[in-house]
Amino acid sequence: MKNYSIWSLFRNAFSGHCNWPQALPDVAPQDQYDAVIVGGGGHGLAAAYYLAKNHGVTNIAVLEKSWLGGGNVARNTTIVRSNYFHEARGRLTEQALKLWENLSRELNFNVMFSPRGIINLAHSTAQLDDYARLGNAMTVRGVNAELLTVGQIKQLVPCLDTRPEARFPITGGLMQRRAGTARHDAVAWGYGRAAALRGVDIVQNCEVTGIVRQGGKVIGIDTTRGRIRTPKVGICVAGASSRVSEMAEIRLPLENHLLQACVTEPVKPILNTIVTHGLFNFYISQTDKGELVMGGDIDGYNRYSTFGELPPLEAAIRACLSLFPSFSRLRLMRTWGGVVDMSMDGSPILSKTSLDGFYINAGWCYGGFKATPAVGQVLAQMMATDETPELAAPFVLDRFHSGHIIAEEGKGPKPWLYH
Amino acid sequence: MLRIPCPYCGERDRTEFTYGGDARVQRPADTDHIRDKAWDDYLYFRDNPAGEHREYWQHSLGCRQWFTLVRNTVTNEVLKEAAANPGSGP
Ligand SMILES: Cc1cc2nc3c(=O)[nH]c(=O)nc-3n(C[C@H](O)[C@H](O)[C@H](O)COP(=O)(O)OP(=O)(O)OC[C@H]3O[C@@H](n4cnc5c(N)ncnc54)[C@H](O)[C@@H]3O)c2cc1C
Ligand SMILES: [Zn+2]
Repeated sequence: MKNYSIWSLFRNAFSGHCNWPQALPDVAPQDQYDAVIVGGGGHGLAAAYYLAKNHGVTNIAVLEKSWLGGGNVARNTTIVRSNYFHEARGRLTEQALKLWENLSRELNFNVMFSPRGIINLAHSTAQLDDYARLGNAMTVRGVNAELLTVGQIKQLVPCLDTRPEARFPITGGLMQRRAGTARHDAVAWGYGRAAALRGVDIVQNCEVTGIVRQGGKVIGIDTTRGRIRTPKVGICVAGASSRVSEMAEIRLPLENHLLQACVTEPVKPILNTIVTHGLFNFYISQTDKGELVMGGDIDGYNRYSTFGELPPLEAAIRACLSLFPSFSRLRLMRTWGGVVDMSMDGSPILSKTSLDGFYINAGWCYGGFKATPAVGQVLAQMMATDETPELAAPFVLDRFHSGHIIAEEGKGPKPWLYH
Repeated sequence: MLRIPCPYCGERDRTEFTYGGDARVQRPADTDHIRDKAWDDYLYFRDNPAGEHREYWQHSLGCRQWFTLVRNTVTNEVLKEAAANPGSGP
Protein backbone atom coordinates (compact mmCIF):
# COMPACT_ATOMS: atom_id res chain seq x y z
CA MET A 1 0.00 0.00 0.00
CA LYS A 2 1.24 3.45 -0.92
CA ASN A 3 0.16 6.94 0.00
CA TYR A 4 -1.86 8.84 -2.55
CA SER A 5 -0.31 12.04 -3.89
CA ILE A 6 -0.47 14.48 -6.75
CA TRP A 7 2.24 12.35 -8.46
CA SER A 8 0.30 9.10 -8.16
CA LEU A 9 -2.71 10.88 -9.60
CA PHE A 10 -0.54 12.18 -12.43
CA ARG A 11 1.02 8.79 -13.19
CA ASN A 12 -2.28 6.98 -13.17
CA ALA A 13 -3.88 9.58 -15.40
CA PHE A 14 -1.46 8.51 -18.14
CA SER A 15 -2.73 4.94 -18.05
CA GLY A 16 -6.35 6.02 -18.01
CA HIS A 17 -6.73 5.27 -14.29
CA CYS A 18 -6.72 1.53 -15.09
CA ASN A 19 -3.72 0.58 -12.95
CA TRP A 20 -4.51 1.87 -9.47
CA PRO A 21 -3.46 -0.72 -6.91
CA GLN A 22 -6.12 -2.26 -4.69
CA ALA A 23 -7.03 0.28 -2.01
CA LEU A 24 -6.99 -2.17 0.89
CA PRO A 25 -5.33 -5.59 1.12
CA ASP A 26 -7.58 -8.58 1.71
CA VAL A 27 -6.30 -10.21 4.89
CA ALA A 28 -7.24 -13.36 6.81
CA PRO A 29 -7.58 -13.12 10.59
CA GLN A 30 -4.70 -14.30 12.79
CA ASP A 31 -5.43 -16.38 15.86
CA GLN A 32 -4.25 -13.83 18.41
CA TYR A 33 -4.50 -10.03 18.75
CA ASP A 34 -3.84 -7.49 21.52
CA ALA A 35 -7.27 -6.02 20.84
CA VAL A 36 -10.13 -6.60 18.45
CA ILE A 37 -12.72 -4.14 17.22
CA VAL A 38 -15.99 -5.66 16.12
CA GLY A 39 -17.62 -3.80 13.26
CA GLY A 40 -15.95 -2.13 10.28
CA GLY A 41 -18.11 0.99 10.13
CA GLY A 42 -16.78 4.48 10.63
CA HIS A 43 -16.53 4.17 14.40
CA GLY A 44 -14.70 0.83 14.43
CA LEU A 45 -12.20 1.81 11.75
CA ALA A 46 -11.53 5.16 13.41
CA ALA A 47 -10.95 3.46 16.77
CA ALA A 48 -8.46 1.08 15.15
CA TYR A 49 -6.64 3.96 13.47
CA TYR A 50 -6.26 5.92 16.73
CA LEU A 51 -5.26 2.80 18.68
CA ALA A 52 -2.39 2.42 16.24
CA LYS A 53 -1.56 6.09 15.84
CA ASN A 54 -2.07 7.54 19.33
CA HIS A 55 -1.26 4.50 21.46
CA GLY A 56 1.09 2.43 19.32
CA VAL A 57 -1.16 -0.63 19.61
CA THR A 58 -0.85 -2.20 16.19
CA ASN A 59 -1.36 -5.93 16.73
CA ILE A 60 -5.08 -5.41 16.37
CA ALA A 61 -7.87 -6.27 13.97
CA VAL A 62 -11.17 -4.85 12.84
CA LEU A 63 -13.61 -7.65 12.09
CA GLU A 64 -16.45 -6.81 9.73
CA LYS A 65 -19.19 -9.31 9.04
CA SER A 66 -19.85 -8.12 5.51
CA TRP A 67 -17.98 -5.47 3.53
CA LEU A 68 -16.35 -2.24 4.54
CA GLY A 69 -18.81 0.61 4.65
CA GLY A 70 -21.90 -1.55 4.16
CA GLY A 71 -23.47 -0.38 7.41
CA ASN A 72 -24.77 2.98 8.50
CA VAL A 73 -21.48 4.71 7.84
CA ALA A 74 -22.38 4.84 4.14
CA ARG A 75 -26.15 5.08 4.58
CA ASN A 76 -26.33 8.34 6.46
CA THR A 77 -27.15 11.80 5.18
CA THR A 78 -23.58 12.94 5.98
CA ILE A 79 -24.39 15.83 8.28
CA VAL A 80 -21.60 16.86 10.64
CA ARG A 81 -22.32 19.47 13.32
CA SER A 82 -21.78 20.25 17.00
CA ASN A 83 -24.84 22.39 17.77
CA TYR A 84 -26.03 20.49 20.83
CA PHE A 85 -27.45 22.05 23.94
CA HIS A 86 -26.20 19.47 26.37
CA GLU A 87 -22.60 20.05 27.36
CA ALA A 88 -21.51 16.41 27.19
CA ARG A 89 -22.85 15.99 23.67
CA GLY A 90 -21.61 19.39 22.59
CA ARG A 91 -18.06 18.67 23.75
CA LEU A 92 -17.82 15.27 22.10
CA THR A 93 -19.18 16.47 18.75
CA GLU A 94 -17.06 19.63 18.87
CA GLN A 95 -13.96 17.52 19.41
CA ALA A 96 -15.06 15.54 16.35
CA LEU A 97 -15.66 18.69 14.31
CA LYS A 98 -12.12 19.89 15.02
CA LEU A 99 -10.82 16.57 13.72
CA TRP A 100 -13.10 16.68 10.66
CA GLU A 101 -11.56 20.00 9.68
CA ASN A 102 -8.19 18.36 9.02
CA LEU A 103 -9.26 14.79 8.34
CA SER A 104 -8.48 14.51 4.63
CA ARG A 105 -4.89 15.53 5.27
CA GLU A 106 -4.60 13.34 8.35
CA LEU A 107 -5.82 10.25 6.49
CA ASN A 108 -4.29 10.96 3.07
CA PHE A 109 -7.77 10.38 1.70
CA ASN A 110 -10.19 13.00 0.46
CA VAL A 111 -13.21 12.75 2.73
CA MET A 112 -14.59 15.89 1.06
CA PHE A 113 -15.46 17.58 4.32
CA SER A 114 -17.41 20.63 3.27
CA PRO A 115 -18.12 23.14 6.06
CA ARG A 116 -21.12 24.67 4.36
CA GLY A 117 -23.04 25.49 7.53
CA ILE A 118 -26.34 24.34 8.92
CA ILE A 119 -29.43 26.49 9.37
CA ASN A 120 -32.11 25.36 11.82
CA LEU A 121 -35.27 27.19 10.81
CA ALA A 122 -37.64 28.68 13.38
CA HIS A 123 -41.34 29.09 12.70
CA SER A 124 -42.43 31.06 15.75
CA THR A 125 -40.93 33.68 18.04
CA ALA A 126 -40.95 31.15 20.89
CA GLN A 127 -38.88 28.79 18.80
CA LEU A 128 -36.49 31.59 17.98
CA ASP A 129 -36.09 32.23 21.72
CA ASP A 130 -35.31 28.56 22.13
CA TYR A 131 -32.65 28.77 19.44
CA ALA A 132 -31.20 31.83 21.13
CA ARG A 133 -30.86 29.71 24.27
CA LEU A 134 -29.20 26.91 22.28
CA GLY A 135 -26.90 29.40 20.57
CA ASN A 136 -25.96 30.88 23.94
CA ALA A 137 -25.20 27.44 25.37
CA MET A 138 -22.91 26.80 22.42
CA THR A 139 -21.24 30.21 22.67
CA VAL A 140 -20.50 29.65 26.35
CA ARG A 141 -18.57 26.53 25.28
CA GLY A 142 -16.68 28.61 22.73
CA VAL A 143 -18.58 27.23 19.74
CA ASN A 144 -19.85 29.89 17.41
CA ALA A 145 -23.55 30.15 16.62
CA GLU A 146 -25.48 32.94 14.90
CA LEU A 147 -29.13 33.87 15.05
CA LEU A 148 -30.35 34.77 11.58
CA THR A 149 -33.16 37.07 10.55
CA VAL A 150 -35.56 36.09 7.78
CA GLY A 151 -33.80 38.59 5.51
CA GLN A 152 -30.42 36.96 6.11
CA ILE A 153 -31.88 33.50 5.53
CA LYS A 154 -33.45 34.65 2.28
CA GLN A 155 -30.06 35.85 1.10
CA LEU A 156 -28.31 32.63 2.03
CA VAL A 157 -30.98 30.30 0.64
CA PRO A 158 -32.92 32.11 -2.07
CA CYS A 159 -34.95 29.05 -3.04
CA LEU A 160 -36.50 28.82 0.43
CA ASP A 161 -40.11 30.01 0.73
CA THR A 162 -39.60 32.91 3.14
CA ARG A 163 -42.87 34.67 2.30
CA PRO A 164 -45.15 35.41 5.27
CA GLU A 165 -47.90 33.45 3.53
CA ALA A 166 -45.75 30.30 3.25
CA ARG A 167 -47.25 27.09 4.63
CA PHE A 168 -45.02 27.35 7.74
CA PRO A 169 -43.81 30.95 7.82
CA ILE A 170 -40.17 31.30 8.81
CA THR A 171 -39.39 33.65 11.68
CA GLY A 172 -35.63 33.26 11.72
CA GLY A 173 -33.03 30.59 12.31
CA LEU A 174 -29.85 29.46 14.00
CA MET A 175 -26.72 28.93 11.98
CA GLN A 176 -23.58 26.97 12.78
CA ARG A 177 -21.23 27.94 9.99
CA ARG A 178 -18.56 25.35 10.74
CA ALA A 179 -21.01 22.47 10.35
CA GLY A 180 -21.07 20.63 7.06
CA THR A 181 -21.10 17.39 5.17
CA ALA A 182 -18.52 14.73 4.29
CA ARG A 183 -18.38 11.92 1.79
CA HIS A 184 -19.40 9.09 4.08
CA ASP A 185 -17.95 6.04 2.30
CA ALA A 186 -14.63 7.89 1.97
CA VAL A 187 -14.56 8.14 5.75
CA ALA A 188 -14.71 4.36 6.05
CA TRP A 189 -12.11 3.85 3.34
CA GLY A 190 -9.90 6.65 4.62
CA TYR A 191 -9.77 5.34 8.18
CA GLY A 192 -9.52 1.76 6.94
CA ARG A 193 -6.54 2.47 4.69
CA ALA A 194 -4.81 4.69 7.22
CA ALA A 195 -5.21 2.00 9.88
CA ALA A 196 -3.98 -0.75 7.52
CA LEU A 197 -0.94 1.35 6.65
CA ARG A 198 -0.07 1.32 10.36
CA GLY A 199 -0.32 -2.44 10.50
CA VAL A 200 -3.93 -3.02 11.54
CA ASP A 201 -5.65 -6.08 10.03
CA ILE A 202 -8.94 -5.12 8.44
CA VAL A 203 -10.81 -8.36 7.95
CA GLN A 204 -14.00 -8.36 5.92
CA ASN A 205 -16.52 -11.20 5.73
CA CYS A 206 -15.79 -12.24 9.29
CA GLU A 207 -18.75 -12.22 11.66
CA VAL A 208 -18.29 -12.34 15.41
CA THR A 209 -20.55 -15.05 16.84
CA GLY A 210 -19.45 -15.32 20.46
CA ILE A 211 -17.46 -13.63 23.21
CA VAL A 212 -15.21 -16.04 25.06
CA ARG A 213 -14.95 -15.26 28.78
CA GLN A 214 -13.13 -16.58 31.79
CA GLY A 215 -13.46 -15.32 35.36
CA GLY A 216 -15.16 -12.04 34.48
CA LYS A 217 -12.67 -11.29 31.72
CA VAL A 218 -12.69 -11.43 27.95
CA ILE A 219 -10.20 -13.94 26.61
CA GLY A 220 -11.28 -14.21 23.02
CA ILE A 221 -13.99 -14.22 20.43
CA ASP A 222 -15.60 -16.76 18.16
CA THR A 223 -16.02 -15.81 14.55
CA THR A 224 -17.25 -17.41 11.35
CA ARG A 225 -13.54 -17.78 10.54
CA GLY A 226 -12.53 -19.42 13.78
CA ARG A 227 -11.64 -18.54 17.35
CA ILE A 228 -9.36 -15.59 18.04
CA ARG A 229 -7.59 -15.04 21.37
CA THR A 230 -7.66 -11.46 22.61
CA PRO A 231 -7.93 -9.73 26.00
CA LYS A 232 -9.80 -6.69 24.67
CA VAL A 233 -12.90 -6.40 22.54
CA GLY A 234 -14.53 -3.12 21.54
CA ILE A 235 -17.87 -3.26 19.80
CA CYS A 236 -18.90 -0.70 17.19
CA VAL A 237 -21.73 -2.59 15.54
CA ALA A 238 -24.56 0.00 15.51
CA GLY A 239 -27.77 -1.97 14.86
CA ALA A 240 -26.20 -5.22 16.08
CA SER A 241 -25.22 -3.81 19.50
CA SER A 242 -27.89 -5.64 21.50
CA ARG A 243 -27.12 -8.93 19.73
CA VAL A 244 -23.36 -8.75 20.20
CA SER A 245 -23.61 -7.58 23.83
CA GLU A 246 -25.98 -10.45 24.50
CA MET A 247 -23.08 -12.75 23.57
CA ALA A 248 -21.36 -11.29 26.65
CA GLU A 249 -24.57 -11.51 28.68
CA ILE A 250 -24.89 -7.75 28.83
CA ARG A 251 -28.32 -6.26 28.27
CA LEU A 252 -28.46 -2.76 26.84
CA PRO A 253 -30.92 0.13 27.07
CA LEU A 254 -31.38 0.07 23.31
CA GLU A 255 -34.06 -0.50 20.73
CA ASN A 256 -33.55 -0.90 17.02
CA HIS A 257 -35.46 1.27 14.61
CA LEU A 258 -35.38 1.93 10.91
CA LEU A 259 -34.38 5.26 9.42
CA GLN A 260 -34.76 6.07 5.76
CA ALA A 261 -33.32 8.72 3.48
CA CYS A 262 -33.62 9.59 -0.19
CA VAL A 263 -32.00 11.57 -3.01
CA THR A 264 -33.41 13.38 -5.99
CA GLU A 265 -31.96 13.46 -9.48
CA PRO A 266 -28.90 15.74 -9.71
CA VAL A 267 -29.48 19.38 -10.54
CA LYS A 268 -27.27 22.46 -10.81
CA PRO A 269 -26.12 24.03 -7.53
CA ILE A 270 -29.16 25.45 -5.77
CA LEU A 271 -28.55 24.85 -2.07
CA ASN A 272 -25.14 25.57 -0.56
CA THR A 273 -25.92 24.90 3.07
CA ILE A 274 -27.81 22.36 5.19
CA VAL A 275 -31.35 23.33 6.14
CA THR A 276 -33.54 21.76 8.80
CA HIS A 277 -37.26 22.28 9.32
CA GLY A 278 -38.37 23.79 12.61
CA LEU A 279 -41.62 21.89 12.99
CA PHE A 280 -40.91 18.51 11.46
CA ASN A 281 -37.84 16.42 11.71
CA PHE A 282 -36.53 17.15 8.22
CA TYR A 283 -33.07 17.95 6.89
CA ILE A 284 -31.75 18.57 3.40
CA SER A 285 -28.49 19.33 1.63
CA GLN A 286 -27.13 19.11 -1.89
CA THR A 287 -24.37 16.66 -2.73
CA ASP A 288 -21.39 17.59 -4.85
CA LYS A 289 -22.97 15.59 -7.67
CA GLY A 290 -26.02 17.82 -7.44
CA GLU A 291 -28.52 15.46 -5.86
CA LEU A 292 -30.65 16.79 -3.03
CA VAL A 293 -30.29 14.37 -0.14
CA MET A 294 -32.91 14.42 2.57
CA GLY A 295 -34.31 12.53 5.49
CA GLY A 296 -36.90 12.68 8.22
CA ASP A 297 -38.16 10.54 11.07
CA ILE A 298 -37.61 6.89 11.87
CA ASP A 299 -40.42 4.52 10.88
CA GLY A 300 -41.59 4.67 14.48
CA TYR A 301 -41.69 1.13 15.82
CA ASN A 302 -39.05 -1.50 16.60
CA ARG A 303 -37.53 -2.76 13.39
CA TYR A 304 -34.60 -4.98 12.33
CA SER A 305 -34.77 -4.43 8.60
CA THR A 306 -33.48 -1.89 6.10
CA PHE A 307 -36.72 -1.88 4.07
CA GLY A 308 -38.81 1.01 5.24
CA GLU A 309 -42.37 2.10 4.62
CA LEU A 310 -43.61 4.93 2.44
CA PRO A 311 -45.43 7.09 5.05
CA PRO A 312 -42.27 8.42 6.77
CA LEU A 313 -40.75 9.27 3.39
CA GLU A 314 -43.94 10.96 2.28
CA ALA A 315 -43.88 13.00 5.49
CA ALA A 316 -40.30 14.06 4.81
CA ILE A 317 -41.16 15.07 1.27
CA ARG A 318 -44.21 17.02 2.44
CA ALA A 319 -41.96 18.88 4.87
CA CYS A 320 -39.49 19.50 2.04
CA LEU A 321 -42.11 20.98 -0.26
CA SER A 322 -43.47 23.24 2.45
CA LEU A 323 -40.04 24.89 2.56
CA PHE A 324 -38.99 24.52 -1.08
CA PRO A 325 -42.09 24.52 -3.31
CA SER A 326 -39.83 24.72 -6.38
CA PHE A 327 -38.49 21.20 -5.70
CA SER A 328 -41.86 19.64 -6.48
CA ARG A 329 -40.87 18.77 -10.04
CA LEU A 330 -37.73 16.89 -9.08
CA ARG A 331 -37.75 13.12 -9.34
CA LEU A 332 -36.61 10.87 -6.52
CA MET A 333 -33.82 8.60 -7.63
CA ARG A 334 -33.22 6.36 -4.65
CA THR A 335 -34.47 5.66 -1.17
CA TRP A 336 -32.77 3.42 1.36
CA GLY A 337 -32.79 2.64 5.04
CA GLY A 338 -30.51 1.73 7.91
CA VAL A 339 -31.10 0.02 11.24
CA VAL A 340 -30.30 2.52 13.96
CA ASP A 341 -29.64 1.63 17.60
CA MET A 342 -31.83 4.09 19.49
CA SER A 343 -30.97 4.55 23.15
CA MET A 344 -33.37 5.20 26.00
CA ASP A 345 -32.26 8.79 26.59
CA GLY A 346 -31.36 9.57 22.99
CA SER A 347 -27.64 9.75 23.83
CA PRO A 348 -24.88 7.28 23.03
CA ILE A 349 -23.16 4.75 25.27
CA LEU A 350 -19.37 4.86 25.30
CA SER A 351 -18.38 2.69 28.17
CA LYS A 352 -16.41 0.02 29.94
CA THR A 353 -18.60 -2.77 31.24
CA SER A 354 -18.91 -5.23 34.11
CA LEU A 355 -16.95 -7.63 31.92
CA ASP A 356 -13.22 -6.83 31.96
CA GLY A 357 -11.90 -6.08 28.49
CA PHE A 358 -15.33 -5.56 26.93
CA TYR A 359 -15.96 -2.03 25.69
CA ILE A 360 -19.18 -0.72 24.23
CA ASN A 361 -19.74 2.05 21.72
CA ALA A 362 -23.42 2.05 20.81
CA GLY A 363 -26.73 3.88 20.94
CA TRP A 364 -25.80 6.59 18.47
CA CYS A 365 -29.42 6.82 17.31
CA TYR A 366 -29.25 8.62 14.03
CA GLY A 367 -26.48 11.00 14.83
CA GLY A 368 -23.30 8.98 15.00
CA PHE A 369 -21.63 9.89 11.75
CA LYS A 370 -20.69 13.39 12.88
CA ALA A 371 -18.98 11.96 15.96
CA THR A 372 -16.87 9.37 14.10
CA PRO A 373 -13.38 10.87 14.60
CA ALA A 374 -13.95 11.68 18.28
CA VAL A 375 -15.52 8.29 19.00
CA GLY A 376 -12.46 6.68 17.42
CA GLN A 377 -10.08 8.70 19.60
CA VAL A 378 -12.01 8.23 22.81
CA LEU A 379 -12.69 4.52 22.37
CA ALA A 380 -9.04 3.95 21.43
CA GLN A 381 -7.93 5.72 24.60
CA MET A 382 -10.40 3.72 26.68
CA MET A 383 -9.22 0.42 25.23
CA ALA A 384 -5.53 1.27 25.45
CA THR A 385 -5.59 2.53 29.02
CA ASP A 386 -8.61 0.65 30.42
CA GLU A 387 -9.72 3.96 31.89
CA THR A 388 -12.73 6.12 31.08
CA PRO A 389 -11.58 9.20 29.14
CA GLU A 390 -13.06 12.51 30.25
CA LEU A 391 -15.14 12.95 27.10
CA ALA A 392 -16.67 9.49 27.60
CA ALA A 393 -17.39 9.83 31.31
CA PRO A 394 -20.94 11.21 30.91
CA PHE A 395 -21.80 8.42 28.47
CA VAL A 396 -21.11 5.42 30.69
CA LEU A 397 -23.64 2.61 30.73
CA ASP A 398 -24.07 3.01 34.47
CA ARG A 399 -25.89 6.32 33.97
CA PHE A 400 -29.11 4.35 33.52
CA HIS A 401 -28.68 3.10 37.08
CA SER A 402 -27.26 6.25 38.67
CA GLY A 403 -29.94 8.45 37.13
CA HIS A 404 -27.52 10.71 35.25
CA ILE A 405 -29.21 10.28 31.92
CA ILE A 406 -28.38 12.71 29.12
CA ALA A 407 -31.67 13.68 27.60
CA GLU A 408 -31.11 16.35 24.98
CA GLU A 409 -34.73 16.04 23.94
CA GLY A 410 -36.24 14.86 27.21
CA LYS A 411 -38.95 12.55 25.96
CA GLY A 412 -38.51 9.76 28.48
CA PRO A 413 -37.60 6.16 27.64
CA LYS A 414 -39.42 6.21 24.31
CA PRO A 415 -36.69 5.81 21.70
CA TRP A 416 -39.13 5.91 18.81
CA LEU A 417 -39.67 9.61 19.60
CA TYR A 418 -35.99 10.53 19.52
CA HIS A 419 -33.92 11.93 16.67
CA MET B 1 -47.66 -0.62 4.53
CA LEU B 2 -47.88 -2.51 7.80
CA ARG B 3 -51.52 -3.39 8.47
CA ILE B 4 -52.55 -3.73 12.08
CA PRO B 5 -55.55 -5.80 13.19
CA CYS B 6 -57.34 -3.73 15.83
CA PRO B 7 -59.23 -6.20 18.04
CA TYR B 8 -62.21 -3.84 18.02
CA CYS B 9 -62.28 -2.40 14.50
CA GLY B 10 -60.43 -4.92 12.34
CA GLU B 11 -57.38 -4.48 10.13
CA ARG B 12 -56.31 -0.92 9.30
CA ASP B 13 -53.25 0.95 7.97
CA ARG B 14 -50.55 1.45 10.55
CA THR B 15 -50.82 5.23 10.10
CA GLU B 16 -54.06 5.08 12.16
CA PHE B 17 -52.14 3.81 15.18
CA THR B 18 -49.76 5.16 17.80
CA TYR B 19 -46.91 3.00 18.97
CA GLY B 20 -46.45 2.28 22.66
CA GLY B 21 -43.30 0.16 22.77
CA ASP B 22 -42.28 -3.17 24.27
CA ALA B 23 -45.19 -4.80 26.10
CA ARG B 24 -43.15 -7.44 27.90
CA VAL B 25 -41.52 -5.08 30.35
CA GLN B 26 -43.58 -5.30 33.51
CA ARG B 27 -44.02 -2.35 35.79
CA PRO B 28 -42.86 -3.51 39.25
CA ALA B 29 -45.89 -4.26 41.38
CA ASP B 30 -44.77 -3.50 44.91
CA THR B 31 -43.58 0.04 44.28
CA ASP B 32 -42.96 0.81 47.94
CA HIS B 33 -40.36 -1.89 48.40
CA ILE B 34 -38.68 -2.59 45.08
CA ARG B 35 -35.02 -1.94 44.55
CA ASP B 36 -33.74 0.78 42.23
CA LYS B 37 -32.33 -1.85 39.90
CA ALA B 38 -35.79 -3.25 39.22
CA TRP B 39 -37.01 0.22 38.31
CA ASP B 40 -34.04 0.82 36.01
CA ASP B 41 -34.59 -2.48 34.26
CA TYR B 42 -38.25 -1.72 33.76
CA LEU B 43 -37.63 1.82 32.56
CA TYR B 44 -34.59 1.45 30.37
CA PHE B 45 -33.44 -2.06 29.55
CA ARG B 46 -34.91 -3.99 26.63
CA ASP B 47 -34.41 -7.35 24.90
CA ASN B 48 -34.54 -5.61 21.51
CA PRO B 49 -35.18 -8.86 19.63
CA ALA B 50 -34.67 -9.54 15.94
CA GLY B 51 -37.92 -11.44 15.48
CA GLU B 52 -40.93 -11.83 17.71
CA HIS B 53 -41.81 -8.67 19.62
CA ARG B 54 -44.86 -8.13 21.83
CA GLU B 55 -45.75 -4.46 21.78
CA TYR B 56 -48.40 -1.87 22.61
CA TRP B 57 -50.40 -0.03 19.99
CA GLN B 58 -53.22 2.44 20.32
CA HIS B 59 -55.85 2.82 17.63
CA SER B 60 -55.57 6.57 18.04
CA LEU B 61 -57.41 7.53 14.83
CA GLY B 62 -60.10 4.91 15.44
CA CYS B 63 -61.59 3.50 18.62
CA ARG B 64 -58.69 4.84 20.74
CA GLN B 65 -58.22 1.55 22.59
CA TRP B 66 -54.81 0.23 23.60
CA PHE B 67 -54.00 -3.40 22.82
CA THR B 68 -50.98 -5.66 22.37
CA LEU B 69 -49.71 -7.14 19.17
CA VAL B 70 -47.02 -9.73 18.42
CA ARG B 71 -45.04 -8.75 15.33
CA ASN B 72 -41.85 -9.94 13.72
CA THR B 73 -39.41 -7.00 13.74
CA VAL B 74 -37.51 -8.41 10.76
CA THR B 75 -40.36 -9.25 8.38
CA ASN B 76 -43.12 -7.07 9.85
CA GLU B 77 -45.41 -10.10 9.85
CA VAL B 78 -48.14 -9.96 12.48
CA LEU B 79 -47.71 -13.24 14.30
CA LYS B 80 -50.66 -13.37 16.64
CA GLU B 81 -53.97 -11.66 16.48
CA ALA B 82 -53.96 -8.55 18.60
CA ALA B 83 -55.13 -9.11 22.13
CA ALA B 84 -57.62 -6.77 23.70
CA ASN B 85 -56.66 -5.90 27.25
CA PRO B 86 -58.93 -3.16 28.47
CA GLY B 87 -57.49 -0.65 30.86
CA SER B 88 -53.90 -1.47 30.01
CA GLY B 89 -51.36 0.46 28.04
CA PRO B 90 -47.76 1.49 28.33
C1 LIG C 1 -30.58 6.99 6.86
C2 LIG C 1 -29.59 7.42 7.91
C3 LIG C 1 -29.19 8.76 7.97
C4 LIG C 1 -28.28 9.18 8.94
N1 LIG C 1 -27.86 10.49 8.91
C5 LIG C 1 -26.90 10.91 9.75
C6 LIG C 1 -26.38 12.24 9.66
O1 LIG C 1 -26.79 13.02 8.79
N2 LIG C 1 -25.44 12.63 10.55
C7 LIG C 1 -24.96 11.79 11.51
O2 LIG C 1 -24.13 12.21 12.30
N3 LIG C 1 -25.40 10.50 11.61
C8 LIG C 1 -26.35 10.04 10.75
N4 LIG C 1 -26.79 8.73 10.82
C9 LIG C 1 -26.25 7.84 11.87
C10 LIG C 1 -24.89 7.25 11.53
O3 LIG C 1 -24.91 6.72 10.23
C11 LIG C 1 -24.54 6.15 12.55
O4 LIG C 1 -24.75 6.61 13.87
C12 LIG C 1 -23.08 5.71 12.44
O5 LIG C 1 -22.72 5.47 11.12
C13 LIG C 1 -22.87 4.46 13.30
O6 LIG C 1 -21.52 4.10 13.41
P1 LIG C 1 -20.73 3.18 12.37
O7 LIG C 1 -20.35 4.01 11.20
O8 LIG C 1 -19.61 2.55 13.06
O9 LIG C 1 -21.87 2.10 12.01
P2 LIG C 1 -21.95 1.03 10.83
O10 LIG C 1 -21.40 1.55 9.57
O11 LIG C 1 -23.37 0.53 10.81
O12 LIG C 1 -20.97 -0.09 11.35
C14 LIG C 1 -21.34 -1.23 12.08
C15 LIG C 1 -20.73 -2.42 11.39
O13 LIG C 1 -20.77 -3.56 12.25
C16 LIG C 1 -20.90 -4.70 11.44
N5 LIG C 1 -21.35 -5.81 12.28
C17 LIG C 1 -22.56 -5.99 12.87
N6 LIG C 1 -22.58 -7.14 13.56
C18 LIG C 1 -21.37 -7.72 13.43
C19 LIG C 1 -20.78 -8.93 13.92
N7 LIG C 1 -21.46 -9.79 14.69
N8 LIG C 1 -19.50 -9.20 13.57
C20 LIG C 1 -18.79 -8.34 12.78
N9 LIG C 1 -19.30 -7.18 12.29
C21 LIG C 1 -20.57 -6.88 12.62
C22 LIG C 1 -21.92 -4.25 10.40
O14 LIG C 1 -21.89 -5.08 9.25
C23 LIG C 1 -21.49 -2.82 10.13
O15 LIG C 1 -20.64 -2.70 9.02
C24 LIG C 1 -27.74 8.26 9.88
C25 LIG C 1 -28.13 6.92 9.82
C26 LIG C 1 -29.04 6.49 8.85
C27 LIG C 1 -29.43 5.03 8.79
ZN1 LIG D 1 -59.92 0.20 16.84
